[in-house]
Amino acid sequence: MTDDVLTLPLDRWHRERGGRMVPFAGYGMPVQYEGIMAEHLWVRQSAGLFDVSHMGQLLISGDGVDAALETLLPGELKALGDGRLRYSLLLNDAGGIVDDLMATRQGEGFYVVVNGATKHGDIAYLREKLPSLTIDYLEERALLALQGPKAVDVLEKLAPGVAGLVFMQAGRFSINGVDAWISRSGYTGEDGFEISLPGTSAEEVAEALLADPLVKPIGLGARDSLRLEAGLPLYGHDLDERVTPVAADLTFAINKRRREEGGFAGAERILAELRGGPVQRRVGFAVEGRQPVREGARVIDSEGNEVGKVTSGGFSPSLSKPIGMAYVAAGLSEPGTRLTLEQRGKLFAAEVAAMPFVPHNYVRKGAQK
Amino acid sequence: MSLYFTKEHEWVRVEGDTATVGISQHAQQALGDIVFAEAPQVGRQVRKGEEAAVVESVKAASDVYAPVSGEVVEANGAIADEPALINTDPEGEGWFFKLKLSDPSELDGLMDEGAYRDWSAKL
Repeated sequence: MTDDVLTLPLDRWHRERGGRMVPFAGYGMPVQYEGIMAEHLWVRQSAGLFDVSHMGQLLISGDGVDAALETLLPGELKALGDGRLRYSLLLNDAGGIVDDLMATRQGEGFYVVVNGATKHGDIAYLREKLPSLTIDYLEERALLALQGPKAVDVLEKLAPGVAGLVFMQAGRFSINGVDAWISRSGYTGEDGFEISLPGTSAEEVAEALLADPLVKPIGLGARDSLRLEAGLPLYGHDLDERVTPVAADLTFAINKRRREEGGFAGAERILAELRGGPVQRRVGFAVEGRQPVREGARVIDSEGNEVGKVTSGGFSPSLSKPIGMAYVAAGLSEPGTRLTLEQRGKLFAAEVAAMPFVPHNYVRKGAQK
Repeated sequence: MSLYFTKEHEWVRVEGDTATVGISQHAQQALGDIVFAEAPQVGRQVRKGEEAAVVESVKAASDVYAPVSGEVVEANGAIADEPALINTDPEGEGWFFKLKLSDPSELDGLMDEGAYRDWSAKL
């Protein structure tokens, strides 16, 4: 990696539409267009178009690919049907989270989307640990996310058939004659789609989507506030190699068979934490008053001792109040528990809140295995 | 009445020995949607360059520095109730606080409006 900021296929397109570009994960990316608040609320009520081409798209194949991946990922991959996807975690030998990802069974292999800032490390790690597999980095592909309750109405007109997908299902479609791999998934808590397509066609497809008045372009700023309201952790902030899936409150990603059989990196520690509980746990919190408490603030006890740390914090546009996520001592993780937060010498009263802060709006009905 | 600006994007409007302080149009644009503002307590003595107020947008927190030294004589309650005023009228209704100047000569080191607009336009 270099310090140079690379450009992605839609760079010019963003600038022409007033996107404020900032360096992110090594690329120039739009943080906002008209404003985070308006963009955020637009996604919750209509449809927002995000460019997430900085994320890493991988195609992983080889004999026994599902069994091999299961040695690093704690999720159910062997029984995953074609065109089905799962949220999972790439683990190190100590059970720490190397990255979080989406893995989709795609014919003989797996299509995997990983975080932009970690993708090169992930690829090196996968190649080192799973030398029998072929890891293709689909660098020439772009990734768009169309998110919001009206996303399905917009996309069905351009890619007939997508309305038949349910949450966490994917398939091959054509948008304006462009071959696209589309999944009904996302990271905003809303119904929506992620669209993988050749980078050379990204502008044309983005333009076709934006031609619908239900769609506005949305920057990374609103993506962050949306995922925070949805209670979804962000790698590098709420997740890193020091925390396990149990501490991160992501045990839903470890299904029953994997809990019984183990056999994934760090399983000994993770299974022990599942039985006995973790020392610390990721929780959501709501802050009294209007001032946001941000990443890095300390959670303190009545004697002023540090008992946790804020990993994400900001202002919720939907709820009009400050919210966040923190790691706290397990004994403080029950919703309703009073917390004291300290930021730049100032104390804030907060309360552990159930997540998601804003209910998920996924389309699960009619789901089949 | 004279208007001055700092390189930290505060403005100061001076009437007699009273200075009204806020953040510039350029600053509110850079911050984006403002969700919280806190002005200093009336009676507080602030020194030039000292952190005097806080402003937070959806994304980030920022300090507002005292452009000149003096005693805080008034805080704008309206921005606490409606922080978006700072976005809509940063150099008017969205002011933060008023100071009684303790050293008017400090104003000499600040930019006038023309110099500030030219300088900030290039940022």
